[in-house]
Amino acid sequence: MEIPYTVKARPDTGLTNAKLGVWLFLASEVMLFGALFSSYILLRINAVEWPHHVLDVPLATVNTAVLISSSITMVMSWASLMMKDFKKYKLYMGTTILLGFVFLIIKFFEYSHHIETGEIPSKSTFFAIYFTMTGLHGLHVIGGMIVNGYFWGPGSKMWKTDPERFTNRIEVAGLYWHFVDLVWIFLFPVLYLL
Amino acid sequence: MEGNHSHEHHLGFWRKYVFSQDHKVIGIQYGFTSLLFLLFGFTLMMVMRWQLAYPGQPIPLIGQWLGEDRAPQGIMLPEFYNQLGAMHGTIMVFLGIVPLAVGAFGNYVMPLQIGAPDMAFPKLNMMSYWVYFLGGVTMLSSFVMPGGAANSGWTSYPPLSDIATIGQTVWLIGMVFLITSSLLGSVNFIVTIVQLRAKGLTFMRLPFFVWAQFVTSFLLLLAFPPLEAAGVLQLMDRLAGSSFFLPSGLVVTGQPLNVSGGGSPLLWQHLFWFLAHPEVYVLILPAMGIVAEIIANNTRKPLWGYKSMVYAAIFLGFMSFIVWAHHMFMTGMGTIISTFFQTTTMIISIPSIIILTALFISLWGGSIRFTTPMLFALAFLPMFGIGGLTGLPLGLSATDIPLHDTYYVIGHFHYVVAPGTIFALFAGIYHWFPKLTGRKMNEVLGKIHFFGSLVCMNCIFMPMFIVGLAGVSRRLWDGGAQYAHAQPVLHWNAFMSMGAWTLGLFQLPFIFNLFWSIKKGKKAAENPWHATTLDWATPTPPPHGNFTTVPQVYRPPYEYSVPGHKTDFIPQNQPMEA
Repeated sequence: MEIPYTVKARPDTGLTNAKLGVWLFLASEVMLFGALFSSYILLRINAVEWPHHVLDVPLATVNTAVLISSSITMVMSWASLMMKDFKKYKLYMGTTILLGFVFLIIKFFEYSHHIETGEIPSKSTFFAIYFTMTGLHGLHVIGGMIVNGYFWGPGSKMWKTDPERFTNRIEVAGLYWHFVDLVWIFLFPVLYLL
Repeated sequence: MEGNHSHEHHLGFWRKYVFSQDHKVIGIQYGFTSLLFLLFGFTLMMVMRWQLAYPGQPIPLIGQWLGEDRAPQGIMLPEFYNQLGAMHGTIMVFLGIVPLAVGAFGNYVMPLQIGAPDMAFPKLNMMSYWVYFLGGVTMLSSFVMPGGAANSGWTSYPPLSDIATIGQTVWLIGMVFLITSSLLGSVNFIVTIVQLRAKGLTFMRLPFFVWAQFVTSFLLLLAFPPLEAAGVLQLMDRLAGSSFFLPSGLVVTGQPLNVSGGGSPLLWQHLFWFLAHPEVYVLILPAMGIVAEIIANNTRKPLWGYKSMVYAAIFLGFMSFIVWAHHMFMTGMGTIISTFFQTTTMIISIPSIIILTALFISLWGGSIRFTTPMLFALAFLPMFGIGGLTGLPLGLSATDIPLHDTYYVIGHFHYVVAPGTIFALFAGIYHWFPKLTGRKMNEVLGKIHFFGSLVCMNCIFMPMFIVGLAGVSRRLWDGGAQYAHAQPVLHWNAFMSMGAWTLGLFQLPFIFNLFWSIKKGKKAAENPWHATTLDWATPTPPPHGNFTTVPQVYRPPYEYSVPGHKTDFIPQNQPMEA
């Protein structure tokens, strides 16, 4: 038994199953983070005082640049597959994963600094929402790195047997990765700058 | 497709029946598990009803087995009553009805009705079931935690739930599993419906059941994540000591609570009801879908107003996202917000009424077959009607004030869900049973089950309106015995409890019928009900891959009693005559 439209798009919808699936998944993710951003707004307008400039803006700026670069390398890895250049794909995908690591390491330094100085979730609602939102985002980064790592390593065998499907998979993984990037683009100003 | 048929015979027992990727096996797994949970959730209620009818008296039969920390000498403790209440609601909604309506019926029937070989993502489908199973086990395990299961109601309102016993943490983790499962399921359902429809099966030729599942999946997809967010926040409160839902200056048993404060209990209510109101339509839409199929089939007529039903279902889906705060009129959110939500609430009743009216009119002039599934489907209409109409006073902010949190509310939503949705689910089981097994369920037992359940359901829930209008609050351990205003209506408690236990007895013929008919039921051919939709165009039971030839659709879903045609039904896959 074969499920149709896993490789070729269905003519009348113009979509493969996986592409539609990931867009729906992302819609659901928008609702998840949307609920957290709404909670942030509600907590903040109800707060008597709200701390300003307690987070490390330069580090977060570096992290923003790191994540945006990783989105670019992600697109490059997919583009390399479209141009049938598997070696370049490996290079770009590897870089994407590395940049993910860099992001997490910087985040780790930020976290440990806050924890050392007692700025933990029980200190104030601000740090509670900070840790919750960036923590959940961090989990999404880790999830994306696991997926990307699979497609860089064992999953890349599919390039030999079914290159078109493999290219589709990288595109879908890329959509998710860009979403994770986008969430950070919102988190950065909301938590660090405003 | 045919070429690959042979390989499924080589699947071992585990791959074929336990970790199966076949939507039909997964559907049956969902069905079996959720029916067990329904029975369990109902049993919790039957135990609670003893305490309500005869407060402070030892529970007969099982009382001595419950343990000293739940019911010393068989007398139920208030703490245990709260656990039963919270878990009854949680289990019925999240582990019973939704998995049965969506997981079981959606999984089994929907791919067949759209002529698909399977779901779009069979592995995700398998995962969805097992994550649901894990969530269920997690929920059940909370009963043996220190302090027992979650006891803050199925709504888990903070601040109480934030400082409740560890059972609440387990409840939250269980919910995260269930939400993940429903996310995997809903993505799969939508992709399957959009991508795997058979050739010629345009959206306006979809059976109404598929439409209902389609809208339901969108609700699950978009409404559940905010509850997941809320669950994460509450877990943070409970485990990391944050104060998302804890306001400043909270005093618990005379001691100021040692937290940073600054949180908002209202925030939880907003996030919770943002899920839980669409959830109501998750409960009711698949039921409407099942009833629509059965009514068209048993009146031998096309559904009246199919298109308006479809548009109504879509509109219902949209509107269900902007009515949630009608659960919160008593929180003091302000009259402007209340007015907005009462207006949207009145508007959302319109599409429900359109669907219900269309189903009623569909009966007009039909030559109705009063089979067991049809009886359940017919009873659904007035029962859901009562549930819906009694909701109107609750949706208006002025009349909600005296009725809020009384038994009136309990009566209202149980009419929607119990003799409403559950009747539709029974109807569906009797209707599709021949497709699963090749045999029909016994009609006599089915009718005993139906008439008994119908009478008992009304005996339980109709008095709740009387009790509620007298002002008796819900969630009272003694059923209101200590309140003066409850005295005139207190005698109804024993009556309702008798109704509940008798209802339990009337489920026995159903359980017996379900197993007995697998081997001994009357043999049924491929299409025993002479139905038109594609689910009946497969062999019985459908093999892995479903269809022997790739189906093609030529006509609308309900071509019954077409004038001049030799049979009174024309299947969707029958080509037009030249």
